[in-house]
Amino acid sequence: MATVYVNDQPVDIGNEKLNCVQAAEKAGVLIPHYCYHPALSVVASCRMCLVEVGEKKPDGTISMMPKVVPGCQTPVKDGTVIVTRSDKAKDAQERTLESLLLNHPLDCPVCDKAGECTLQDYSFGFGKAESRMHDEKKTPPNKPDLGPNIDLFTDRCIMCSRCVRFTREISGTSELYITHRGDHSEIAVFPGDPLDNKLSTNVVDLCPVGALASKDFLYKQRVWNLKTVDSVCPGCSTGCSIHIDGNKGVIHRLRPRANPKAQGHFMCDEGRLGYHYANSADRLREPSIRGPHGWTPVGYREAVQTAQQGFNEHSLRSITGVWAVLSPFMTVEEAYLLALWIRDFGKEARLVLGPVPREGEDDHYPKDCRGNAAPGVPKFTIRAEKCPNRIGVEAILKHFTGTVIGFDAFLTALGKGHVKSAFLAGGYLPTGRGHWFPAEAVPLLEQVNMLVVQEIFTSALSQKAHVVFPSATWAEKEGTFLNHQGLAQEIHWNSAPPGESRTDGQVYLDLLGRTGLMRAHQLRREIAQVIPSLSQLSTGHLGTEGVLPGEAPPVQSPKRKIPVS
Amino acid sequence: MAYEPVLLARANKADSTSLEGYRLDGGYETFARVLKDMTGQQVTDAVKSAGLRGRGGAGFPCGLKWTFLPKGHPGPIYLCVNVDESEPCTFNNRVLVEKDPHQVLEGILLSSYAFKATTAYFYIRYEYGAGMRIMQKAIDEAYAAGLLGKNILGSEYSLDVFIHRGAGAYICGEETGLIESLEGKRAWPRIKPPFPAIEGVFRKPTIVNNPETLANVVHILRKGVDWFKSIGVPPDPKNPRDAGSYGPKLYCISGHVNTPGLVELPLGVTIRTLINEHGGGVWKGKKAKGCIPGGISMGLMTEAEFDTPLDFNGPCRVGCLGLGTGAVTVFDEDTSIVDVLHNLCRFFQHESCGQCTPCREGTGWMFKIMDRFRKGQGRREDLTVLEEVADKIGIMPGTTICGLADGAGWPVKNAVRKFRAEFEKYIQDGSASRSKPLPMAAH
Ligand SMILES: Cc1cc2nc3c(=O)[nH]c(=O)nc-3n(C[C@H](O)[C@H](O)[C@H](O)COP(=O)(O)O)c2cc1C
Ligand code: SF4
Ligand code: SF4
Ligand code: SF4
Ligand code: FES
Repeated sequence: MATVYVNDQPVDIGNEKLNCVQAAEKAGVLIPHYCYHPALSVVASCRMCLVEVGEKKPDGTISMMPKVVPGCQTPVKDGTVIVTRSDKAKDAQERTLESLLLNHPLDCPVCDKAGECTLQDYSFGFGKAESRMHDEKKTPPNKPDLGPNIDLFTDRCIMCSRCVRFTREISGTSELYITHRGDHSEIAVFPGDPLDNKLSTNVVDLCPVGALASKDFLYKQRVWNLKTVDSVCPGCSTGCSIHIDGNKGVIHRLRPRANPKAQGHFMCDEGRLGYHYANSADRLREPSIRGPHGWTPVGYREAVQTAQQGFNEHSLRSITGVWAVLSPFMTVEEAYLLALWIRDFGKEARLVLGPVPREGEDDHYPKDCRGNAAPGVPKFTIRAEKCPNRIGVEAILKHFTGTVIGFDAFLTALGKGHVKSAFLAGGYLPTGRGHWFPAEAVPLLEQVNMLVVQEIFTSALSQKAHVVFPSATWAEKEGTFLNHQGLAQEIHWNSAPPGESRTDGQVYLDLLGRTGLMRAHQLRREIAQVIPSLSQLSTGHLGTEGVLPGEAPPVQSPKRKIPVS
Repeated sequence: MAYEPVLLARANKADSTSLEGYRLDGGYETFARVLKDMTGQQVTDAVKSAGLRGRGGAGFPCGLKWTFLPKGHPGPIYLCVNVDESEPCTFNNRVLVEKDPHQVLEGILLSSYAFKATTAYFYIRYEYGAGMRIMQKAIDEAYAAGLLGKNILGSEYSLDVFIHRGAGAYICGEETGLIESLEGKRAWPRIKPPFPAIEGVFRKPTIVNNPETLANVVHILRKGVDWFKSIGVPPDPKNPRDAGSYGPKLYCISGHVNTPGLVELPLGVTIRTLINEHGGGVWKGKKAKGCIPGGISMGLMTEAEFDTPLDFNGPCRVGCLGLGTGAVTVFDEDTSIVDVLHNLCRFFQHESCGQCTPCREGTGWMFKIMDRFRKGQGRREDLTVLEEVADKIGIMPGTTICGLADGAGWPVKNAVRKFRAEFEKYIQDGSASRSKPLPMAAH
């Protein structure tokens, strides 16, 4: 056990190997830093983290080192004394900030980063109010085509080299480098070799200032207008922890949220940029019913009643003709409620897992110079399984049906005319990889007497339905996803589903005739009681990092900051 | 009694670069004897007790540095010979390598043998084409004569020497910058620890030495520790941290003197003696205004300080950074100190590698200020800024990774403090009209 003294305050750091920045963080003290990032190698070059360091001897005397040292490069041990706000340390921090601003354009009013820029924050917290610079600033030209997703505002760069280290150490693709020397250094790419890799936009999050900007987000929003919630990316079974940033019902960007239990610090570009469908004006906005005279939009209540009645009638005629297809995009709670409803009709009602989209092989990073995965433990993996919750939905299915019955069983039954009423649950991402339901099987749906479809967009499939519910996207609902290793994480809604739509879980609750709103934490407790294999949900709370199978869940979720909008 | 040069003893001989010529003067006899009779540890001990300090600029005790290598390391251990020599006004390595390559090579052999290095990299700046070719010829001769390669002179000891040409940057001379450059990367100095002796080239233990340091090793082993300690200046009894300044030193004399050149003298000669007795006095019958005492990183001296002895300690006593490379550049009384400082600042803003914020921005800022000065727009406040920036950048205050920043700050603070009146006059006169445009520098 080791004790470190941060500004006179003792902190126990256990046996952890920490540097001064990390140790101070444990004490709740911010040592400002730019080049240091926990996922990247330490270069100690920005010199923002200068502090005074010393040692407390067993006899209680303290001997300080005569000069300031970079906190990020200095390991702590038992008795280390860190002083972050002495005159000397303050002076060093002020000077570093003054230096950084010498050539900085300070075009905050038109800079995308303003509001979440550490140059602004540190200047406010640690800098001087006035500049002594009397000379012209450097104005190197911008590089709008650094990469297909990335813009470089060259003059805003503070040369922390995080972005360069990211492409060398995490993606391994090494597109970025620094050209020139001294204060004429610039971030650059080689001609014909732009910053174009599947992880490229992470450099925007890493960039402490507004030098690297995401073309997708550029000039869309001022960040202080955004409402941020914690969620999980639905793009693949890695289940990257993310923030969803939205404003007035529109999602504006996704950002990775550091989570050592899930993916680490980053996310892939496909996941990051794959949210646009949720903002689409073409989404289904209201339930509708197909009658003898074609489609009629109906109120939500009526749609629920129609579906309920249809299933009631047909289940009386043939319980084995009742089917529900659960998608691996559903939350655990939704899968549970839908299964519960279907099984209400009788034990023989059929529950199957919809198609599990897969693409290629798991894609491990960093790459070597030939583009193959480098040897060693991967630092990031984009998984081939392109859905967020197969494991969670399977756990529900196993509970109700003993084994997981695949989608083929449904198609076979459909081919033989055995499907009399069917509920095709929603959530499949419209990815441009084709619709999840095989086109050749669509005509067979004619013979189904009661077909209920939940979808985000209208399709050939919904055209064959009798009742269509607009489906909510993952950004509009609460629930639980289990990633590839069974890590259960909470997702939260950023905006309400459009128009007359309800979240999918609410639809099932209403079908079940349960009163009240869909509350994920209550359902988690219920599920954990009913299904022992999901005991990790027992408290209803999963914390910000999620709970692995067999791990004890937190008693309470940490208070979420209510974003000021 | 006039001092008899040893390092330069052969420099002016007709056949100074050939192996044959070197052998005629007793070359490699010392190495052969050491190989037969002494262990590596004994060589290290001899160098240590001779008090040999590095000639590359930092003056670190050479034998002590060798003992930092991990004990009983299975190898490989590397030696890097630092012939980047890019400190302005410095050319002693160049003469050593071009005139007497085998002396340097024998130093490489002895030192490598001392700390069991099996590979030595001879890192020479790109501009030294002749030096490179002469050294390559010497290495080839040595291989042919069985002095390099496997089982040297029939012993167990093997050593390979490779020449690596730099690609032109001052920072490649900083030892860890050199190592990065050798590995094929940008010469961005590494953070220490780990020091090169623990993790250097290709993450293996590495010693970096200047060729002049290595040449001295030859003579310590040839003529003995006592001979070496009879030359130079013993430690200052009043300064417990002074390790003494023993042995000969190559002094470069340049600038406004009548006969610029290279001389070998015992450490501790004064600048006045150097200028008057070896540099033929200040040119055109003028008086001197000041000088750069040991490469521009060491700061500036005024004429009044010319009696300072050039040993490892002397320049510090008058506010300079140290002995540096022992390269003295003299300015006559008509030289504008503003022009001098402008040019020095230009060098450092061009050569800062740019990774540390204080150095990258500080060198640039100081240059911009000096540039403005020369346009006649200097202000008194700028002098304060210059002093402050210069005081606060470098490894000494702890704000940078390498010593380039200390070196960039030193001439600035020396100039502003020692020649303040001239700066103030320049501001008042708006002397810009008098400043001639500077020629484009080669760098
Ligand atoms: C910016 C900078 C440039 C340097 N350039 C050189 C150089 O050109 N040649 C050299 O021998 N040492 C140079 N040094 C010193 C080396 O870092 C190192 O101390 C030296 O090579 C060690 O050799 P020595 O112990 O034999 O002196 C430089 C140091 C700094 C900080
Ligand atoms: S990077 Fe930060 S300080 Fe610079 S312009 Fe953008 S918001 Fe302002
Ligand atoms: S572009 Fe951003 S991340 Fe890259 S070096 Fe500059 S400031 Fe750092
Ligand atoms: S002090 Fe200057 S030259 Fe040395 S590493 Fe830092 S930026 Fe580079
Ligand atoms: S964060 Fe420590 S030097 Fe950059």
